[in-house]
This record gives sequence, C-alpha cells and structure tokens, in this order.
Amino acid sequence: MRVAKDLVAASATPMVLGILAEGDSYGYAILRRINELSGGELDWTEGLLYPLLHRLERLGHVESDWQAVAGERRRKYYRITTQGLDELAEQRRQWTTVVDTLKEIWLGPGDSQPLTAIPLGGLA
Amino acid sequence: MTAADGPNELEAQFAQWRQYVQRRRELRPSDTEELEDHLRGSVDELVAVGLRPDEAFLVAVKRMGSLDDLSREFALEHSERLWKQLVLSGDTVGSVAQTRSRRDLLIMVGCAAGAALSVKVPELFGMSLSKNAAFYGPNVGLFVLPWLAAFLAWRRRASLAVIGVLVALFALGAVAANVYALAENSQSVVLTAIHLVIALWFVVGLAYVCDDLRSSRRRMDFIRFTGEWFVYFVLIALGGVVLVAFMYGTFNAIGVEPETFIRGWLLPCGAAGAVVVAAWLVEAKQGVVENIAPVLTRLFTPLFTAVLLAFLAAFVVSNKGIDIERQALILFNLLLVVVLGLLLYSISAREPLAPPGLFDNLQLALVVSALAIDVLVLVEITGRISEFGTTPNRASALGENVILLANLAWSAWLLLGFVRRRRPFAALERWQTDYLPVYAVWAWLVVLVFPPLFNYR
Repeated sequence: MRVAKDLVAASATPMVLGILAEGDSYGYAILRRINELSGGELDWTEGLLYPLLHRLERLGHVESDWQAVAGERRRKYYRITTQGLDELAEQRRQWTTVVDTLKEIWLGPGDSQPLTAIPLGGLA
Repeated sequence: MTAADGPNELEAQFAQWRQYVQRRRELRPSDTEELEDHLRGSVDELVAVGLRPDEAFLVAVKRMGSLDDLSREFALEHSERLWKQLVLSGDTVGSVAQTRSRRDLLIMVGCAAGAALSVKVPELFGMSLSKNAAFYGPNVGLFVLPWLAAFLAWRRRASLAVIGVLVALFALGAVAANVYALAENSQSVVLTAIHLVIALWFVVGLAYVCDDLRSSRRRMDFIRFTGEWFVYFVLIALGGVVLVAFMYGTFNAIGVEPETFIRGWLLPCGAAGAVVVAAWLVEAKQGVVENIAPVLTRLFTPLFTAVLLAFLAAFVVSNKGIDIERQALILFNLLLVVVLGLLLYSISAREPLAPPGLFDNLQLALVVSALAIDVLVLVEITGRISEFGTTPNRASALGENVILLANLAWSAWLLLGFVRRRRPFAALERWQTDYLPVYAVWAWLVVLVFPPLFNYR
C-alpha cells in the first residue's frame, strides 16, 4: 500500500516534530524511525525531509547545530524548541479531530467508544 | 564505519558525489554535508547487511533519487537561492573565498573613501569646485582613477614594475593637466579634460590586464569590465539621485537648507566613491550574474541599424545634403562610438566558434551604414576645414573620426569575411583588442601635444 503524496506531506510536520520531541535527532535517524514506526509503509524521500527540516528551522519550531557524538561522524542535529512543542500540541489537536471524525464515519457511532481510548501517541 | 575493503575507493566515490552535488545552486555546502551524512548512514546500514561498499554506495545513491527532484524540493523551500546573491549577503560561501571577499571589501572601502576625499583635498589649498573649473576639469580623473587602479592592481597582485609604470603614467597625466597654462575658456582645456580621462581610463586598463599584458582575452575582459562598470555606475547614480531628492525634500521641510552640503560634498564625493564601488561590484559579480551590456547591445543593434538605414534612405530621397554645423562632427563621432560600442559588446558576449547567423548580418549592415554616413559627413567637412583652418577642436574631432573610421572599415571587412565563412570570428575579436592601444595613444597625444601645437588656444 502506498500512502498518497498529499497525505504524506500533510502528516510530515507533526511526525517530525513528534520524533524530535522524543529527543534530538538527525536526518537519517528520523527517516529510519519513520520507516520503522510505519512498518515500511511510509517511504519518505530526502527531498521531503531536509527541506521540511529547514522550513521548521526557519519558522523557529526546531533548532540545529553540527555536533559530533563520541565515536560518530559530525552530524547536523535538530532539537525541538518550546515554540515547536506548542506547534506539536496544536497539530495533535487538529489531527485528533480529523482522525476521530473519520472513525465516526467509518465505524459508526456505536463502535467508536473503545477506539477513542487509543493513546494519542499511537496516532502520531 | 564502512567496511575495511576499499575504504579509499569509497571515499573517492563520495568525493565525486560531493563535487557533483555542489554544482547545484539550490544546495548550499551545509546541505551537501547533511546529505552526505545521510548517504553515509545509508551505506553503513547496507554494508551491515552484507553488501560490498561499492555496491552499497550505488544502492544508497539510487535510493536518494534523482538530484533534479531533490534540488527542486530544496528550491521550493529556499527560493531565494535561485536569485544569485551578489555580495554583502556574506554567509554560506566557503571560508577561504569569504575571507578573500571580505578583504576585498575592506580594500574597496578604503579606495572609495580615498577617492571621495581626494576630490576635496584641493579645497584645503583654496580651490573650489564651482570657481576653479579650469583646475578641476582636467584634474578630476587624477583624483579618482588612481584609486581605482590601485584597487585593481591590489586584486591582481601587480608586480612592482607594473606599479611603477602606473605611478609614472599618472604622474605624466598630472604634468599634462597642470603644466600648460590653459585659459578657462580655451578649447584646449576642455579637450584636455575629456582626453585625459580617456587616457587615464586606459591606464586603469593597464592595471586591469596587468597579470597578462599581451593576452587578447584579458583585453577583451577589460572591454567587458568597462561596459559593466558603466552600467553599474549609472545604476548607483540613479540611486544617488533618489537619495539626494529625499535629502533635499526632508531637510527643507524642517527649514534646513542642505544644498551646500549636497553640492559641495555629497555629489562630488559620492560620484568619486561610486567609481571604485562600481568596479568592485563588477569584479565581485563576475560570472555570477549575466552581463548586462551585451543584453543591451542585442536590444539596440537592430534598432540602430533601422535608424541608420532610414537616415540613409531619407538622405538619398530628400537630396538636401548634410547641414554641417559646429556640432555635426562631434555628433557623428559619437554615432561611430555608439556603433563601435554595439559591435564591441556583441563581440564580447559572442561564442567565437558559433557559425555566422542573422545577428552577424545585422551587425554588418549596422557597421556598413554607419560607415556610409560617416563618409558623407567627412566629405562635407574636410572642405570646411581647409577653408577656415584648423582649431584644436576640429583637429581632434577629425583625428578621432579617422581612427574610428579605420577601425570600423576593417571590422566591416572582417565581418564580411566571417559572414561569408572565409574567416574565423576570432580575427574580428583580435582586431578589436589589438586596436585598443591606438585609442590610448591618441588620447595621450591630444593631452600632451595638442596644447603646445595649437598655442594653448
């Protein structure tokens, strides 16, 4: 199954912010993590990830610096800012609304009860 | 890290990839580094699952996808990078180039300030711009152009011998401007003023080509430099006009008259400084931005050709003869200069190996019609001169006309040969660059020999 390009693009920001909220990371690791979490279904390109990271940096949601962690190459690490955390919270609210609505539609009101109990982290 | 076998080979592949990616304007060096790190991560992982390093490299590069797509995505986020940034933005260039350009900037500011202040130095000795025109007219080039030459000589790391020659020539210019006692209303003082600037501009040219004096390519570069310098100077001047207008308006609104300052300081010092700044801009943007002079040439060559042909047709039809007034020779001299400029700047931008095309035919038409018009004018005017005797103005105008005519006539011949595929285009280019010293020699002649020759009239 391929996820449509528009949907990938729309969901990329909260995903990146969510991963960075777990801890500082660099491009390749973020891509690996997305791949892992989606079970290989989300196939991001470098052309999606790096410009996105640069945009988030320009908007002030993340910061970056070049650092060498012991025994590894010098890499450009990204760190989420307070503003980025706010943005993540906002995106989470919006996505929750969207996902909840879709569930209401697809599963019907009767079945929705147990599903809303899914922790928010699972939606990201 | 990557596997033990062939790490050098892998590094070489990475180096090659880096070079390839760095050519993309959309990708800054830091992006390249980031992408390289990504590629290395990918390679490491593939090697860990059993691929050989070179295979892993190929797979990793393939996974990254086409560089075109990648650059396009980067361009969407960083659209400003597609607008080539000239100078002053400062960041992201390589550190060596950066320190070099910063030092250039400092030297340029020094030279521009020197030129701006030099213009005011004579005031310490009681001279003033408005009252001593006979002093300032011939000398203005001497205040400004040495600074420009110094800036260029510094950039080219000129040898001591070249610096010596430059100093000697400027000294010679200073002698020529001041040793003859020329009256303020004499023809010679105006001629000296005009021709000394031209002569000194060729001295600047010497500083420009000093790393390779005999090279035709370098001389062509100087022609390009001159054209671009002029365009930038005009642009700076336009900005200056806006500045002056606002300064005048705002200060007047609070009852302060800024006129003395504007006339006495802002205009002369600003113009002098702009001479150096424009040169620095041309040097800094070389190869970064499309040259504008050849673009203007392309626009105006057909238009000028049309006007000249129309003039010839009208001349034949009306059958009235050219009304030779005092200014006619100068006007037609200027026409030849413009035609020569159109020719020069299209040569400067032309690919020498390209076959002759429509534009070359157009240019031939332009040159030939200009020649035809000029011959008509010369025929009319030689009679006049032999009738009334010579003055410095007439002699210099006639001399210049002959020089330009000779150049254009031979250019037309070479251009004809090229259009008929008998001659390479390089012959025309060579002819123009070889001819440059002729203008310089003539300008020096007018400055040095004309005043005594015509009894300082």
